[in-house]
Amino acid sequence: MLAIGTPAPDFALHSTPDQKLKLSELRGKRVILAFYPADWSPVCGDQMGLYNETLRFFKKHNAELLGISVDSKWCHLAFSQDRKFHFPLLADFEPKGEVARLYDVYDDKEGETKRALYVIDEEGIIRWAYLSPVGMNPGADGILNALEELDNVKQN
Amino acid sequence: MSGSLLTKKVTDKDQVQGNLSAAIELVEYGDYQCPHCGRAYPIIQKIQEAMGDKLKFVFRNFPLTNIHPDAMNAAVAAEAAGLQGKFWEMHDVIFEHQNRLLEHHLISYAEELGLNVEQFKNDMLSEPVITKVEDDFESGMRSGVNGTPSFFINGEKYSNSWDYEPLLAHLKSL
Repeated sequence: MLAIGTPAPDFALHSTPDQKLKLSELRGKRVILAFYPADWSPVCGDQMGLYNETLRFFKKHNAELLGISVDSKWCHLAFSQDRKFHFPLLADFEPKGEVARLYDVYDDKEGETKRALYVIDEEGIIRWAYLSPVGMNPGADGILNALEELDNVKQN
Repeated sequence: MSGSLLTKKVTDKDQVQGNLSAAIELVEYGDYQCPHCGRAYPIIQKIQEAMGDKLKFVFRNFPLTNIHPDAMNAAVAAEAAGLQGKFWEMHDVIFEHQNRLLEHHLISYAEELGLNVEQFKNDMLSEPVITKVEDDFESGMRSGVNGTPSFFINGEKYSNSWDYEPLLAHLKSL
């Protein structure tokens, strides 16, 4: 994964079928990048479903969540509507996995992104990174600890 | 994350069943509308039976409100019943009727359990009851709960199968 303290590479990906989201547009906010292998995971409260519930806690720390997988914008739209997500899913679809490669979290063998998290600060610097075992939902605790640590650094 | 610990210890504010001073403590974070939790419900009952007074069981709420629109109300109903000493009775009725969790269903369960229904309805809207459910959710989130049901055994997240035999074997090995 990319090193803590380095600038997060910029990118622009479809967040809806007719809109693109550019990472640098979110400067001034913290950003959580949640790379995950694929839409439509079967478990109750799978990773994105869980983050949909914990979003309000992320927002308290001025953090926006972006989910990223190689699924297409139309697949994301259906998934998002079905699960009532209140945050964008970005389609790293064409060229496939380009952004995941940029962040060193592409799984060449499966042709999917690994399950990985980055927390980026208000200035666009990577402050926390975590690579999860692919079958394991990493939960929200690591992200919240990282955000709290950023709050502490800011106060001191 | 993996290897997570329960960040909030079990206290007298928790809903606890079994032997309070048992050496083995099993905490479930659950959602009343989640089908996996519904499947876990009779398994946990069998586990409690098999473990007897060696086990303390704690249920904490982890409602996934976006995918389960009735989960929050059901959680609040169980806690409100708890104020009248019938948490576990309501917990059981709810898990036995997972497809019938609308408000009027919950109220009819309160009637069947012989609760003071007016009090129950007021308590469902009361701050302490709602705060209890929200605090449960937050403590679960901080402890690495990543879906429901999630189990903690003696303060450590249990990530293996919670089917009857493997869970019982694990508890007996402690």
